[in-house]
Amino acid sequence: MNFYALFAQLLELVIALIMAPILNGWVNQCRAWLQNRSAPPLLQTYYTLSKLFHKDVLLAHNASSLFRAAPYLIFSCMALASAIVPTLSTELIFSPAADAIALVGLFALARVFIALAGMDVGTSFGSLGSRREMLIGFLAEPALLMVFFTVSLIAQSTSLATIVETLAHRDFVIYPSLAFAGVAFTMVSLAENARVPIDNPTTHLELTMVHEAMILEYSGRHLALIEWAASLKLFAYSCLGIALFFPFGIPSAADPAALAVAAAILVVKLALGGFVMALIETLSAKMRIFRVPEFLGTAFLLAVLAMLVHLLLETGQ
Amino acid sequence: MQLLNQPIDLEPLAEHAMLAFAARVNSRELLNFCSAVVKADRRLVALWGSDERDRDEKYGYAVHVAFDLAEGLVCLTLPLASENPVFPDLSLLFPCADRMQRAVRDLTGASAEAGDQRPWLRHANWPAEHYPLRRDTPDARFASENENYAFVRVEGDGVHEIPVGPIHAGIIEPGHFRFSVMGESVLRLEERLGWKHKGIERRFVGMGLGDGARLAGRVSGDSTLAYAWAYCQAAEAIGGALPPPRALWLRALLLERERITNHLGDLGYLGNDVALAFGLMQFMRLKEDWIRLNASLFGHRLLMDRVVPGGVAVDLDARGAQAIIDQCHALTVELRRLKKIYDEHAGLQDRFLSTGRVTPHLAQRLGVIGLAGRASAQHWDLRCNHPCSPYDRLEPKMVIERNGDVAARALVRFAEISESIHLIHRIISDLPPGSIRNELRSAPGQRGFGWIEGWRGDVLVALETGADGKIRRCHCHDPSWQNWPALEHAAIDNIVPDFPLINKSFNLSYAGQDL
Repeated sequence: MNFYALFAQLLELVIALIMAPILNGWVNQCRAWLQNRSAPPLLQTYYTLSKLFHKDVLLAHNASSLFRAAPYLIFSCMALASAIVPTLSTELIFSPAADAIALVGLFALARVFIALAGMDVGTSFGSLGSRREMLIGFLAEPALLMVFFTVSLIAQSTSLATIVETLAHRDFVIYPSLAFAGVAFTMVSLAENARVPIDNPTTHLELTMVHEAMILEYSGRHLALIEWAASLKLFAYSCLGIALFFPFGIPSAADPAALAVAAAILVVKLALGGFVMALIETLSAKMRIFRVPEFLGTAFLLAVLAMLVHLLLETGQ
Repeated sequence: MQLLNQPIDLEPLAEHAMLAFAARVNSRELLNFCSAVVKADRRLVALWGSDERDRDEKYGYAVHVAFDLAEGLVCLTLPLASENPVFPDLSLLFPCADRMQRAVRDLTGASAEAGDQRPWLRHANWPAEHYPLRRDTPDARFASENENYAFVRVEGDGVHEIPVGPIHAGIIEPGHFRFSVMGESVLRLEERLGWKHKGIERRFVGMGLGDGARLAGRVSGDSTLAYAWAYCQAAEAIGGALPPPRALWLRALLLERERITNHLGDLGYLGNDVALAFGLMQFMRLKEDWIRLNASLFGHRLLMDRVVPGGVAVDLDARGAQAIIDQCHALTVELRRLKKIYDEHAGLQDRFLSTGRVTPHLAQRLGVIGLAGRASAQHWDLRCNHPCSPYDRLEPKMVIERNGDVAARALVRFAEISESIHLIHRIISDLPPGSIRNELRSAPGQRGFGWIEGWRGDVLVALETGADGKIRRCHCHDPSWQNWPALEHAAIDNIVPDFPLINKSFNLSYAGQDL
């Protein structure tokens, strides 16, 4: 057994669990600054989580065991997803086991359970949210897969570790296909993480909600786990974006010192990525729900273009 | 005097700030008059009931109907029998009368002989036979109960209902909305209001004229000035004392400030409802600056109790006037920039345009008034149609848009802010000198009407004193009565997530109409 891989893997998981709420707080801070408001503390998400963990769980009378199990399942999926994405090292024990397609599967699994939980209690808002979430999900997933296929073609592998190694450590080559794939990936991540312009994470208008509508019935530690899982999802997507499009600085050699450097670089990259996301959110208005298919259709198209560009321009090298 | 060729002898009311006429009619005369009003393209202003059993044994109740005619305000009173009081159903002629009739029945027991018979203000929280506005009804407490309200069901494959409110995910006003939807598209919306009913009309009974002004100013907090001024007009008609000219000009100044306050807030929230929080923050900053100047110059952020019977409570000095002028200049500059941002933001315009449309034709049939009416080409603005002093000198421009969608209602707000800033400049440069308040004494057994164009639409206050000079009956009418039914129509064929935006673009009062 490779102890370095085990250590790197554990470190990555711990960093994900700790950093995810901070990333969320950072995006909220940037958003507040861009709107000329004074910002909440960076650790606000932690305060909220700790408040929720201390509160009692209030369950609807007709909530089934699925409703109670879903938060744990969703949280585990997101934690695992964050562990699969190579952020600190490409030598991870999970990397041979789970590739990019497994990652999409994990996200899909979490989505199915959160949608089922939304419908479980039988309120109209829960089903409304689940319905909208599935609409967004079934359009976002193919686009995400196409992005993965493009980078997989470049790296000749669907393993995330191999992809990152190919992109980060071979001779510097400019891939025009990655530009298209990057835009597509950004659009998909906005949709998948319930951000403006697809959804509004801060709204209190229940008729307009997507993600929030599904979790309206949750309280206490269940809600805390779901909120934490949402931050983990944002973290995983951000790391994925970094791994695929800005992988420079992720070490491959088994060197503990390199891990520390990688962690520092990761923080800088995440801060920049969070700021860009806050900027996009501040500048755009939420679109009508029936514009979402156009938006994600465009993302899919761009991902396909990326693949075509790769096949036409980059395979001869 | 006769109007609309109807054989009704209308008595002109003296001492009123606007031209007003009143008459007692029988039900046939009332119906004929209503038809003539509809034919003349004029409108119903308000409908309310009263208990008159202490005055007349035979006619124990009365229902009062106020109309807006080209000549002025007309109030017809129909006496009703003590036993089984019924009055003709006016909702076929004026759709907005339906809920007012139901409210009259819930409060006084006098009911329309046809039309919708479901309760309106009564939510099973008090028994059906308990009529709060009858003089012999004792104060009582009842345990609250869940009502079973018969919403209209839409049948069909795939149609389902979404109930929303009165408790919402955020801290906002209580209102229940029952959507019948097919997927995301709204087939029908039905409103259930009345959750804020707190018995204001019953509370008025027995109050002095001065205290009444304080209560009237609290019917709807965002329109406190419109209500207070309308109430004071009515009280001054009863007392027979017009306020000094300077007081009237100061009232107009405050009313225009209230209009700008609310329009700024609404424009911000319209941005927020399409997730453009930037817009909310900018407009909220402007609104906050605006009402802070209210607090420093007039002593109250929302200007409550600044208008009092006989005049106003605060004067404006030269330094205050300069502060207002400076703030208006600053607001003009900022507003121009923000309007440009709103106009050029593709995402925001995509959400605003064609959302929640009320066509001019529909608006005319439903009798939509005020700001929402003007966004659908309905030319109702008291400041222009029946200007009281000082609006007869100021001559405001009426802002009209024709599209009737959310974008049109936003444009009307932008244009009305500019017009109000213009009016404020005029008021300050022409402000007459003199005292700001006359002594007002109450007179027993008198009626008076007050009618003011608030930011949402026209507010009517009908006031009557008893033999002791105290308030016998005071009815405050909010323009939301006319516009809530239009919201139900505006939502049809839109998608569910657009409803909050449409609702905000109307921004109707809950408190003002639940009373």
